Amino acid sequence: MTTSGAAAPTTVPDEVRDEARARADGVRERALATGSGSSAGSPSGQPGGPGGNAGGDIGRSGPAGRVTAPIRRVWHQLTSMRTALLLLFLLALAAVPGSLLPQRSLNPLKVEQYFRDHPSLAPALDRLSAFNVFGASWFAAIYLLLFISLIGCLSARVRWHARALVGRPPRAPARPSRLTGGQSWDSALTPPEAVDAARVILRRRRFRVALAADGATRPDGSPDFSVAAEKGYLRETGNLIFHIALVFMLVGVGLGSWFGYQGTVLVITGDGFANTLVSYDQFSRGRLVDPVGDLAPFSLTMEEFTASYQPTGQPADFRAKVAYATEFDGPTRTAEIRVNHPLAVGSAKVYLIGHGYAPHFVLRNSAGGVVWEGYQPCTPRDAMFASTCTLKIGDTGLAPTGPTREPQQLAFSGVFTPTTELDRARGYVSTYPAANAPGLTLTGYVGNLHINEGIPQNVYSLDTRDMRQLRVNGPLGDDRAAQVLALNNPNQRTVTGLPGGMSLEVDGLREFATFQTKSDPFKGWVLVAAIAIICGLLVSMRVRRRRIWVRARPVADADTDADTDTDTDAGATADTDAVTVSMVEIGGLSRSDIDGFAAELRAIAMDVRAATASAPRPLDSTEQEL
Amino acid sequence: MSVNSGLAALSDHLLGVTMAVYALAMLGYAAEFAFSRFGGTIAAPAAMSSVGAAQLTAPGRVPAMAGAVTAGGAVTAGGAVHPAVADPAATDPAAEALAAAAARDADRVAERTAAAAAMAGGRDGAGAGAGGEPPVTARVRWLGRIAVALTLLGWLAHVGSVTARGLAADRVPWGNMYEFSSMITLVAVSTYLAMLARTRARVRWLGVFVMFPVVLYLGFAGTVLYVAVGPLVPALNSYWLKIHVVAAIVASGVFMVSAVTTVLYLLKDRWENKLAAVAAGRADAFAAMRKRGGIMLRLPSAAVLDRITYRVIGLAFPIWTFAVIAGAIWAEAAWGRYWGWDPKETWSFITWVIYAAYLHARATAGWKGSRAASISLLGFSALFIDYYLVNLVISGLHSYAGVE
Repeated sequence: MTTSGAAAPTTVPDEVRDEARARADGVRERALATGSGSSAGSPSGQPGGPGGNAGGDIGRSGPAGRVTAPIRRVWHQLTSMRTALLLLFLLALAAVPGSLLPQRSLNPLKVEQYFRDHPSLAPALDRLSAFNVFGASWFAAIYLLLFISLIGCLSARVRWHARALVGRPPRAPARPSRLTGGQSWDSALTPPEAVDAARVILRRRRFRVALAADGATRPDGSPDFSVAAEKGYLRETGNLIFHIALVFMLVGVGLGSWFGYQGTVLVITGDGFANTLVSYDQFSRGRLVDPVGDLAPFSLTMEEFTASYQPTGQPADFRAKVAYATEFDGPTRTAEIRVNHPLAVGSAKVYLIGHGYAPHFVLRNSAGGVVWEGYQPCTPRDAMFASTCTLKIGDTGLAPTGPTREPQQLAFSGVFTPTTELDRARGYVSTYPAANAPGLTLTGYVGNLHINEGIPQNVYSLDTRDMRQLRVNGPLGDDRAAQVLALNNPNQRTVTGLPGGMSLEVDGLREFATFQTKSDPFKGWVLVAAIAIICGLLVSMRVRRRRIWVRARPVADADTDADTDTDTDAGATADTDAVTVSMVEIGGLSRSDIDGFAAELRAIAMDVRAATASAPRPLDSTEQEL
Repeated sequence: MSVNSGLAALSDHLLGVTMAVYALAMLGYAAEFAFSRFGGTIAAPAAMSSVGAAQLTAPGRVPAMAGAVTAGGAVTAGGAVHPAVADPAATDPAAEALAAAAARDADRVAERTAAAAAMAGGRDGAGAGAGGEPPVTARVRWLGRIAVALTLLGWLAHVGSVTARGLAADRVPWGNMYEFSSMITLVAVSTYLAMLARTRARVRWLGVFVMFPVVLYLGFAGTVLYVAVGPLVPALNSYWLKIHVVAAIVASGVFMVSAVTTVLYLLKDRWENKLAAVAAGRADAFAAMRKRGGIMLRLPSAAVLDRITYRVIGLAFPIWTFAVIAGAIWAEAAWGRYWGWDPKETWSFITWVIYAAYLHARATAGWKGSRAASISLLGFSALFIDYYLVNLVISGLHSYAGVE
């Protein structure tokens, strides 16, 4: 098995040369995931076959190559596996800050909090898009480069695979028995008969087989009697499907963000909203969404909201009973929206994403006439639904005062507690999320709210710059800054002593729900891509690609052939038995699942040997244990 | 809210039993490991090859012994490559240099294989039928068998504990982190038992390394993460809980086994490299090597460990992919978007990307072996962060640990 004349070049040096050429051209064999790639098509597994040549045809430098060479080099660098690995790591690393720092897309309030807590660090981080990592240009750069690299690699791989699918398995090496697990034996059949018997057996095992053509010769001029068999093309097919589906998924996600929209709206029981831009409290849409024509036409009214809780206060279930119509003046249908059970209307879905309480406030003047009334939603701030309430009344009917004619507007801020209890340390708190004993701790202000100056204000926060805190009368006594009202007790839910002799009663309570309308027309696309990803992955991980070669040669030739190798006992056939006509060799390659392949090869070898052997000879010395 | 307190108590007791029995099993595996050292009394010394590894105990003789084998090994392994160097066709200087480099690589591989073979030689000779069964006394082997029986017993108690918990709460028993952890360790032990069954107990050596993290994990779950039996929060009340969470649990349990085999691979790989250095006369055998040689010899070769790791990750990766996609489908139904970069989603993405990198690295020259193994460990760290730190430290939509 040392150096030798003609037989050697067709086996080993070929692959070394292939590898050398590939490296010289800057092309690196890149296997798409899973340690398989073109499995046997790697340098080490390519015994001189024409199919699946990794490096030969790319980057060949021609006369025009001087201009394109640098571009090609960059392209090959980008589509190499090393670059892909590096980009994968970068992608993983880049996602980390997105989970550690507050993100605007997830929780803008937390980002504001972070800015307050780290006034010097936060703006610097903000310049790096650290609070919007997944929308940042550097994050996009990483995944776009990764996908370009992937597409570049895919295009070549698809071509090779297509060629492999229509082509023949690569020709048998000179000495298949020298491959790991290979065997050889004497046969009473002539070489063509032996090879054909092997072909039948391999075909029965669903291998794709290619018999060496009649009259084909080996490089040394001797006739070529061999069969090449290959199986497991599905591995590469699955692998390609997986990667192509990844690209499709990214495209679907991108298109979804261009054509999708979402709106959030708070609805108090009894109220409703229509799916139009103006009815949402918050609305965002993709670049290519027409805010008039593309929104699914529907209107929705919440008729009832029910929330139930465990005795511990842990939520058990929320459901909103709604009536909706999908066209103007159309028939009304009812539905129930729950967590995990959105309502699908046209291309949009309506989700229940939150809920809370909205007390009913009535402001009366000294004569008892109603000045203002309405439900005001309060923002929940803990698990027991203690909620922050802010009420601003701009039009109080009070005359402006002072030389600058400051308006006398009223504002109240307070904490709503659905099940109110007095805690020694913390004051009035809520001990259960259901409205068993609703209470409201309230403070009043009078002055200029600055709400009529054209500057948008957050309805849930109060600007008390030009306001004076009131001292009012109520259940806790007269002339106090804060009062605690019990909403279920008609005698303990009114605050009096407001400017102008006015009074405020909190006489009712409703629940509100927050709905989110969301439309992503490419959701189905992404789902199909996801399913293809899983199917492709499963196939590429489960199927093994392997090649098996059987070669036969006339024994009489063996002495004159180049096979007088040191270790080839073929030349020294002591058994000059007349029935021994040819020597049969079998060998194979599989890069993945070596144990399983060894067993399969053994079984096939046994079959082929049974079909061809006359006098079994001792196992070839090259047979190795794994 | 109907919690059957009797069943709940039974579940807790069974978990205690599970932990105790697993710990005993771990001791059994460890004992089998410890007593099957080389240099002690060995049942079948006759089966040891002439260059038996027992000689490793004699310091000065190691290089000579291993060196001799290297020379022998080079005949077979080197033969495949050396012709290339002498091949007259390779006139291209770059190709020549590359061929020479390839030959050097092959030499190195041959060296290592030979050195490993020297160490493993006695073992393979002894256990020709047992396929790598190390030379241990029958009594020591019984320790291992008892450990397997204990593992099986603990596994039954574990299944009982999980089942009782589910029945007590009248729902699937994976609604909070305590229950996830219990399920993950159950999957890890099941994976190990399945591997035992498939290889006819040839991977018993893995026992101590699987049981150790499992016992630690269960202890952590039973103390820090423990919460009383209770119903689910509404967000979890969906049939996707069965699909998404089961897939995530199974993938994590299997990844856990892969992390164990990766650590073993790295240890063995280092040891084999050192051995090769010793064999080549570049280094002297040192005391620690001889002392730990016993454990290292018990382990399969680095190449086998690497292959096991790859196959285990190859099993877990599609399951994890499915878990992430099922989670996205559930998120679409629950929160109105299939992907929102919630911390949990972000870290499952990071985990996925790192394990994908592992699979690619294993097929990339220069990244195979210990570098790929480090990536696998990195992936498991990301998984750990995904499971524990995200729930306990970083707040997000997935914060349902129920731990204060």
